[in-house]
Amino acid sequence: MSDQRKAVALISGGLDSMLAAKVIMEQGIHVEGINFFTGFCVEGHTHAIRKRDRARPKRNNALWVAEQLGIKLHIIDVIEEYKQVVLNPRHGYGQNLNPCLDCKGFMVARAYEWIREHGFDFIITGEVMGQRPMSQRRDTLPVIQKESGAGDLLLRPLCARHLPPTLPEREGWVDRDKLLDFSGRSRKPQMALAAKYGFEDYAQPAGGCCFLTDAAYSAKLADLWRARGRRDYDLDDIMLLKVGRHIRPAPHFKLIVGREEGENNFLEGYRKRFPHLRCVSHPGPLVLVDGEPGEADLELAARIAARYSQGRTAPAVTLELVRPGGESRELTVAPLPPAEIPEDWHV
Amino acid sequence: MNRHTLDARRILCPLPVIRTQDRVAELAPGDVLEVRATDPGALNDIPAWCRINGHRVLEAGERDGEVVVVIEVGNSDG
Repeated sequence: MSDQRKAVALISGGLDSMLAAKVIMEQGIHVEGINFFTGFCVEGHTHAIRKRDRARPKRNNALWVAEQLGIKLHIIDVIEEYKQVVLNPRHGYGQNLNPCLDCKGFMVARAYEWIREHGFDFIITGEVMGQRPMSQRRDTLPVIQKESGAGDLLLRPLCARHLPPTLPEREGWVDRDKLLDFSGRSRKPQMALAAKYGFEDYAQPAGGCCFLTDAAYSAKLADLWRARGRRDYDLDDIMLLKVGRHIRPAPHFKLIVGREEGENNFLEGYRKRFPHLRCVSHPGPLVLVDGEPGEADLELAARIAARYSQGRTAPAVTLELVRPGGESRELTVAPLPPAEIPEDWHV
Repeated sequence: MNRHTLDARRILCPLPVIRTQDRVAELAPGDVLEVRATDPGALNDIPAWCRINGHRVLEAGERDGEVVVVIEVGNSDG
């Protein structure tokens, strides 16, 4: 038993990493999972916030995959370290602000660090050659091995037979003949393998599992950087970009308008950090004001907030403006007609 | 056996799981940890994490609009 080799599998919660782990487990290797939380993971956040989504089953797919496989899962918070990947990707971005190649290199490097700390022998990923345009190409797969430092301790069971043998294969820890030769964007081989293993229920997010691959989300993040004059963020920033309607009337301030009860409840948690507006004469959303608004800006913000209240057609709406210190006052304003909210204010 | 509490409110999954994982790592087998969270996903995720890592869930439910999960730390190193 003490000679049993140990591998850590990068578990995203999707099908490929689940299959990769299973292929190696079938060879008698002890496998544990590792999952990195970057802050941009799609994982259930918006479902948790938006009330209309609450009826959907909620689960963390990485945990669920680990449970199906019967393996431990270690979830690592990498929010702070991951900033350098997002802000300064050596290999640039993909279609949006997704630094996929740097991201994969970062995660494999962290996994490499983890196996050395925990006495594991090698790393498994669910990468498939040719499946993704940036990080899973024949010419970029070796880049990840090299830049992560993991070298040939990184084994990709689903496409290993297209690649040079790694140390676990050369040493006979795993049988190369039982590894796979998947390539390209077709999902059929994965689905067939899933059926063979009896996996019927698995997540297949269309845009991957990262908000940075989403055009609308990336536009909001780019807007935040432009407005602040610097490329930086904290966890609250990136969480707030997932919530509400973002309206920027001027470079120095924007409004975050709750779209429904669940979002309003979530935004409640940020009331102490931002000036905020709430309708008192009519039902309406909670609105946070982010930036450096002046008095005239706050009045405009109140008119916009009134537009999204149920008093939108009333001649006047009264709102309470509360500043972060707790100081508050009431404002009575005419709701801004939709025609006076230019399209380009919507971030 | 010592009883501990963890405030994981106002954060979204998987952060309540990560906070639970990190806190459990500091506790001894047999210790009990009561976790409070506001993300409804925690009601599934924390027990799932316990199951795969060898810890026992003594209670999982909602109280006063919050998720409460009570865990007995197992012998696992996970």
